[in-house]
Amino acid sequence: MAYVAIADRDHEQELHHPHSFVTKYIWSQDHKVIAIQYGITALAIGLVALVLSGLIRLQLGWPDTFSFIAPYNYYQFITMHGMIMVIYLLTALFLGGFGNYLIPLMLGARDMVFPYMNMLSYWVYLFAVLVLVASFFVPGGPTGAGWTLYPPQAILAGTPGADWGIMLMLISLAFFIIAFTMGGLNYVTTVLQARTRGMTLMRMPLSIWAIFTATVLGLLAFPALFVSAVMMSLDKLLGTSFFMPAILSLGEQLEYGGGSPVLFQHLFWFFGHPEVYIVGLPAFGLVSDLLSTHARKNIFGYRMMVWAILAIGGISFVVWAHHMYVSGMNPYFGFFFATTTLIIAIPTAIKVYNWILTLWKGNINLTVPMLFAIGFIFTFVHGGLTGLFLGNVSVDVPLSDTYFVVGHFHMVMGVSPIMVVFGAIYHWYPKITGRMLNDAMGKFHFWVTFLGTYAIYLPMHYLGILGVPRRYFAYGDTEFIPESAMWVNTSISVAALIVGAVQLMFLFNLIWSLRNGKESGSNPWRATTLEWQTPQTPPVHGNWGPELPAVYRWAYDYSVPGAPEDFVPQTEPGDTVPAGRDHGTES
Amino acid sequence: MSVILAFLAVVASVVIWWLLPQGIKSKPWLEQGVIEDVDSERVGSIPPAKLGLWLFLAVVTSVFALFVSAYSIRMELTDWQPLPDPTFLWLNTGILILSSITFQRARTAARNDSIDGIKSSLILAGLFTFAFLIGQLWVWQQLNASGYFMASNPANAFFYLLTALHGLHLLGGLWVWGRTTTRVWEGTKVSEVRLSVELCTVYWHFLLLVWLALFGLLLST
Repeated sequence: MAYVAIADRDHEQELHHPHSFVTKYIWSQDHKVIAIQYGITALAIGLVALVLSGLIRLQLGWPDTFSFIAPYNYYQFITMHGMIMVIYLLTALFLGGFGNYLIPLMLGARDMVFPYMNMLSYWVYLFAVLVLVASFFVPGGPTGAGWTLYPPQAILAGTPGADWGIMLMLISLAFFIIAFTMGGLNYVTTVLQARTRGMTLMRMPLSIWAIFTATVLGLLAFPALFVSAVMMSLDKLLGTSFFMPAILSLGEQLEYGGGSPVLFQHLFWFFGHPEVYIVGLPAFGLVSDLLSTHARKNIFGYRMMVWAILAIGGISFVVWAHHMYVSGMNPYFGFFFATTTLIIAIPTAIKVYNWILTLWKGNINLTVPMLFAIGFIFTFVHGGLTGLFLGNVSVDVPLSDTYFVVGHFHMVMGVSPIMVVFGAIYHWYPKITGRMLNDAMGKFHFWVTFLGTYAIYLPMHYLGILGVPRRYFAYGDTEFIPESAMWVNTSISVAALIVGAVQLMFLFNLIWSLRNGKESGSNPWRATTLEWQTPQTPPVHGNWGPELPAVYRWAYDYSVPGAPEDFVPQTEPGDTVPAGRDHGTES
Repeated sequence: MSVILAFLAVVASVVIWWLLPQGIKSKPWLEQGVIEDVDSERVGSIPPAKLGLWLFLAVVTSVFALFVSAYSIRMELTDWQPLPDPTFLWLNTGILILSSITFQRARTAARNDSIDGIKSSLILAGLFTFAFLIGQLWVWQQLNASGYFMASNPANAFFYLLTALHGLHLLGGLWVWGRTTTRVWEGTKVSEVRLSVELCTVYWHFLLLVWLALFGLLLST
């Protein structure tokens, strides 16, 4: 192996130069290749979760029809669907995928500061995914404990996968956390230490601010999941009683005694709530850049956006118990967490207003990325508003075990981030491959997905208000559930299957456009940020030519009055732009 | 959960203390065409590896703080029977302090370009660490022999779990120690191992602090 320094700056890092196919594309230390590996793996396992959701909907839409879905299968499907979507798809794709790809490129670095550790991060992640997949093939199948894995039922006989499945899940999570920590230390250090000349913190695109903050949240919050996974494994394997109370199982008194299941809930949600923002913040950041670029207008209130990201990150650590209102907590405790929950709505609302004000009087191009970005604003506002319902204890208690909650969290942390994932893929695909994704397929994908998600999740809120409980395999003849609710369930299932099928077309588009897409050139969206200014597209190893770019301005100089074009790249020295420009806030 | 929240409050204060002088109140849209110096915004002139280690220590602190939080919640429940405090642990603590002191000597030797000083101190520090780990295993053995099994009481379970976790972190440290020591033995120049020795020293001091906190927790409960 050869180490060659590209010596245009004294303290520039040494790059590891690959020579063979294997070191270039498989054991690669290049952040772009690792990003693509993360992306493909996340999408592949996400496809499994999508199929599982289809199976769930088959059961709910047409109960007593499919003999291959037994009750225990149903619980396995919902558990694996939830865990895969939240952790192995969204977290991995936003941070491992987009974080890896964009951080060095947007900051003008040649690579992450610890490339070897970055490579290890991916391989450990892949191992975690394989362990998870293995649980489908062990005796008893994967765990069916629900994605929150609450003890005592998660490790007791009678719960699907209580022997092998749950252990594989816990082991897989532990490895995922190790992988995330290796990647996360890299992202944070790179943002702090490897920015190019002129790239001050306040010139960083909001994507980077958001990914950076989300990574810090992850580094501090994932340990809580790790701690609970370790303690639950010991309860299962060595018979300790960290979480397990004295309990009868199948008519027998078990050896356990004295443990606290609520302790597990505290630990789990201490991770679980920041996790919402580990997924949410990168979506907020990326969508800000999409909106600004495709509306040809600077982001409104950049400073407020940065502060709001930081504020959300901070407050997200003191709202966890709003997931536990029904666990029998002290009312004062509930009051405290309801208050913090409503407070976190303030910076979040600031962000929503700023997105809308960015569009105001913008030159809105309804490109596919922009459609998804606007779609995100809709779904996020809907999901956020129902969050206000559930944040209040007295409203949450009756709604907690109903479909209202399913509708809420799918809107706010399922559909919304996925909208941004799609928008961001359509936006950056040309940089990654040098070709555009097919536009017609993209628009079809957007409209079916966007309208489809409303057809799926909006009725769920009504089901919830009717009191239809979630988590049930079938309802049979239940007095308070009218016949019409069953029809709603069927129609939701039809919509879900259609939306699911359209995602396959998206995957087809990804592959088809690799060869048949229109050549994009280096900057098809005429964007300002550094990744669009690379000398080659796709960027080669080392990202930049012999010299690193220098940054002369912030990331949002769109439609500057007097400028020759409607965008001024961050690398453009200042004297091309006349003074006296109007950016709305101050001049 | 008060322990972890206190730790997060410390992290938040550090972040705010660091961010405020970084111009997060500046108005970037007004500063066109100038190259701002970012070197001052990098966290001093700390090498990335050192910053990476400090961030890692924050993550590890978070892990231990969460375990201690869980400990303090679980302790309140009725079935908790505190362990006797094995006197042998005092000896182990002394050995771990010695290993930290010898690491500090290695660091000083590295600053003074004394390769012999580094060699002897590194070896000694490693030996002390192994002695500590063997001592911990001995304590486990003793407790087990006296009937304090892992599953018989949550206090026991936490003791085994926390000592194991701390020991595993030391083992990880020993792996890096082994690589550094090998490099020193192969005749690498002092300037090329100085950073590694320093990072090992920081890590050992950190694990000593963690151990003192855990030991204090054990003695006081």
